[in-house]
Amino acid sequence: MADKTRRVVSVLVENESSVLSRVSGLFAGRGYNIETLTVAPLPNTNRSRITIVTKGSQRVLEQITKQLHKLVPVYKVVEHEEMVEKEMVLVKFPIEENLADIQALCGAYNGGIVNVGTDIIIGMVADEPFRIKHFIEATQRYSPIEVVRGGVVAIER
Amino acid sequence: MKMNGARMVCEALIAEGVKTVFGYPGGAIMNVYDEIYKQDGFEHILNRHEQASVHAADGYARVTGDVGVAMVTSGPGFTNAVTGLATAYMDSIPMVVISGQVPLSLIGTDGFQEIDAIGISRPCTKHNFLVRELSELPRIIKEAFHIAKTGRPGPVLVDIPKDITAEIGEFVYPDLVDIPSYKPTIKGNKRQIEKAVDAILKSKKPLLYVGGGVVLSNASDLVRKLADMGGIPAVETLMARGVMGAGNPLLQGMLGMHGNYSSNMAMSETDLVIALGSRFDDRVTGKLSEFAKYADIIHVDIDAANIGKLVDVDYPIVGDVYGVLERLIAGLEGRVNRDKYSDWREVLERYDNLHPQSFTDSENVIKPQWAIERIGELLGEEAIITSDVGQHQMWAAQHYPFDRPRQWINSGGLGTMGFGFPAALGAKKGAPEKTVINITGDGSILMNVQELVTASEYKIPVINVILNNNFLGMVRQWQTFFYEARYAETDLSYQPNFKLLAEACGGIGYDVATKAEFDEALKDAIAKDRVAFINVAVNRFENVLPMVPAGGALYNMILDDQQKEK
Ligand SMILES: Cc1ncc(C[n+]2csc(CCOP(=O)(O)OP(=O)(O)O)c2C)c(N)n1
Ligand SMILES: [Mg+2]
Repeated sequence: MADKTRRVVSVLVENESSVLSRVSGLFAGRGYNIETLTVAPLPNTNRSRITIVTKGSQRVLEQITKQLHKLVPVYKVVEHEEMVEKEMVLVKFPIEENLADIQALCGAYNGGIVNVGTDIIIGMVADEPFRIKHFIEATQRYSPIEVVRGGVVAIER
Repeated sequence: MKMNGARMVCEALIAEGVKTVFGYPGGAIMNVYDEIYKQDGFEHILNRHEQASVHAADGYARVTGDVGVAMVTSGPGFTNAVTGLATAYMDSIPMVVISGQVPLSLIGTDGFQEIDAIGISRPCTKHNFLVRELSELPRIIKEAFHIAKTGRPGPVLVDIPKDITAEIGEFVYPDLVDIPSYKPTIKGNKRQIEKAVDAILKSKKPLLYVGGGVVLSNASDLVRKLADMGGIPAVETLMARGVMGAGNPLLQGMLGMHGNYSSNMAMSETDLVIALGSRFDDRVTGKLSEFAKYADIIHVDIDAANIGKLVDVDYPIVGDVYGVLERLIAGLEGRVNRDKYSDWREVLERYDNLHPQSFTDSENVIKPQWAIERIGELLGEEAIITSDVGQHQMWAAQHYPFDRPRQWINSGGLGTMGFGFPAALGAKKGAPEKTVINITGDGSILMNVQELVTASEYKIPVINVILNNNFLGMVRQWQTFFYEARYAETDLSYQPNFKLLAEACGGIGYDVATKAEFDEALKDAIAKDRVAFINVAVNRFENVLPMVPAGGALYNMILDDQQKEK
C-alpha cells in the first residue's frame, strides 16, 4: 500500500475546554496516527497551539488537514514543510554515574545538567527529534533511571 | 429584559422561528419545560421515546429544509437521543438538540443522571456546546442554529446544566453570528469551474452523479437544467431520489449496491463523472479500483474533506452546489446541445432495455415491489414517503416514482431501523397538506412502535405500510446469498397482531393479503385521516435485485431471474 510519510501539523484553536478532546478524538475515531502531541496557550490571545506529529499516506495526511479544519474551534491548520523542529527530554541518572561525562553528553545535544541532588542527576536536552533519539541511546551507558520526552514543537522558517 | 435561563431558551427558539419542538421531559430539563408550559410561541410534541423525538425533528428538517429541534433531559434522555443525532449527522441534516445536564456543581461527580453528553456526542454532531454561564446562553443558541444550517449542515447539541436554566439574567438575543474560526467555503473557485466546463465540453460520455447534497442545497432545478441543456444522463444516489424526477428520460435510476443495470453500467463506462453533492459512499461505489475506471472526475461538494477522500479527483470544486451549478450552467450556455451526447444516451438506453428495473409479479401473493408501485400509482407526487431500513427501503427507492426532492425521507448513511415512523410524524408536521406514508418492515416498525400513541394523541395521521415478510429480510437475503441459507436469528414468524396493536393505541389497523384488499385499505386509511398500520403479507423470500455483492465491481450485478431471461 501507499508509503507512509511523517508530518508535523500545527493546529491553532480557540481555547475552549473540550477542544483538545475534539482534536484527539478526531484522530482516534478516524484511525489517524498520533506520534506526539503538545499543546500550550499562545501569548496574549484566547487561542492555543497544538502541535501534532503524525504519519500516513498522502491521502490520509490530506484528510487529517481537512478534517481538522472542519472542527468549529479550529482557526488554522499548518502542515509544516520548512520548519525548525525541537523536542525536549529530561533524563534522571543515579548520583554514582560520572557527572562530567553526563554534562559533556548533554552539552553535545544542546543541553546540560539541570539538577543534582543527593541521589540523582537530572540532565535536559532540547534538539531535533532524531537527535533526541540518538541522545537517549547514548545515555544508556549511564544507567538512566527515567526518561521523559516532551513531544515536538515546530515553527515555520 | 430579565428572565431565567429556561425562558431564554424558549425566547431564543421563538426568535429562530421554531414552530414545533419534539421532546421528552425529565429532571435536568424541567425548568425549560416549566417555561414551555407558559408560552405559546411554539408547539411541543411529546413523543414516547427520545430517539423518536430526534428522528421526528430530523424528518421535519428533511421535509421543510428548516432546522429541526428536539429537547431531552440529561443521562438516559440524552443517551436515547444519540441514535437520532448520529442518523442526522450521517445524512447532514440541520438540527438543534437541547439537552438538560446536572447542575454545574455536580458535573464530574457521577451525579444522578449525569452523563458526559459532550464527550459522547462529539463524533456524531457537527458541533456541541456545554453552557457554563448564563450570559453565554443566547449566543450559544444563536450559534447552534447558524452552525446547523450553514456549510455542510448537521446536528448541533446544546447541553444546559440545570442551575443555568434557573438563574436569572438579562436576555439579549444577538442579531448576528460571528465565529472567527468557522467560515465555510461556499463560492467555488472560478478557475476550477472554468476547467470543469472545458472538461464537460471535451467529454464524450459525461454522467451526472447526483447526491443528497443537491437536495440539501435546494439545487434540483439547476441539476435538471444542466442535464437538460446538454442532454447529459444522470444517476441518483439513495439520498437524491426525486431530484431528476421519475419521468425524466435522462435519469438512468439509482446507482450502487441495489442500483439498476443501466445506472451501474453508465458509471462503469462514463468518461467524465460530474459528482454533485455526493460522497462516494462504499454502498455506491462498490470496488473502488473498478469504479468509474475510465473517467475523469469533477467533484462539487461543500465539504472539502469529501473531495479526494476515497477517489482521486481531477476537478475539485469546494462550494455550495447551487452557486457552483449556476456558474457551470452559465459557462456551458450556448456551447452544448442535446445532439452532442446522443450516442452515449443510446448506449445507455440499450442497457436499460436489456435489463430494466423490474420484478416478477404474482397473482397469488403481494410482491413488495408491487405494493410500492401501487402506492406510487395512487398517490404519486402527492405523497411524502419515509422509510425504515431493509429490503422495503431499497424497493421503495427503486420502485416509487419520486418526482421532487424532499419527497423521499430515509436514513441512508447510518441505516437506522426505527427511523421511518417518527420521521413520518416530523414530515407530516412539516407538510400537513401532504399524505405521509412510511414504508416499513415487520422488524423496523417495532423499533419505534410507541409512536402510535404520539400520532394518535396529536392527530398526526401518517400511514405505515408494513411490508411483512416475517423476516429481518435484508439480513435474511445476505444469509441466503453469502451464508448458505443459515437463517440465524432473522426469522420473525413470531409476530404481534399489528392490526390490534394499532387499534390499542388509538390508530386504525388493516390486515391485507390480496391486491384488492391493499387498495381498499390504503384508500380507507387516507380517508379516515388517522394514524394507520397496513399490515401487508408479502412474499417471504423475495430478494432485492439487482445486487452488487459488497466490495464487488459495480458492473458485476446479480440480476433478477426474469431480467436474465430477456
Ligand atoms: C437499529 C438497527 N439494527 C440493526 C440493523 C441491521 N439491519 C439492517 S436491515 C435489517 C432487517 C430489517 O428488517 P425489516 O424491518 O423487517 O425489513 P425487511 O428487510 O424485511 O424489509 C437489519 C436487522 C439496522 N440497520 N439498524
Ligand atoms: Mg421484514
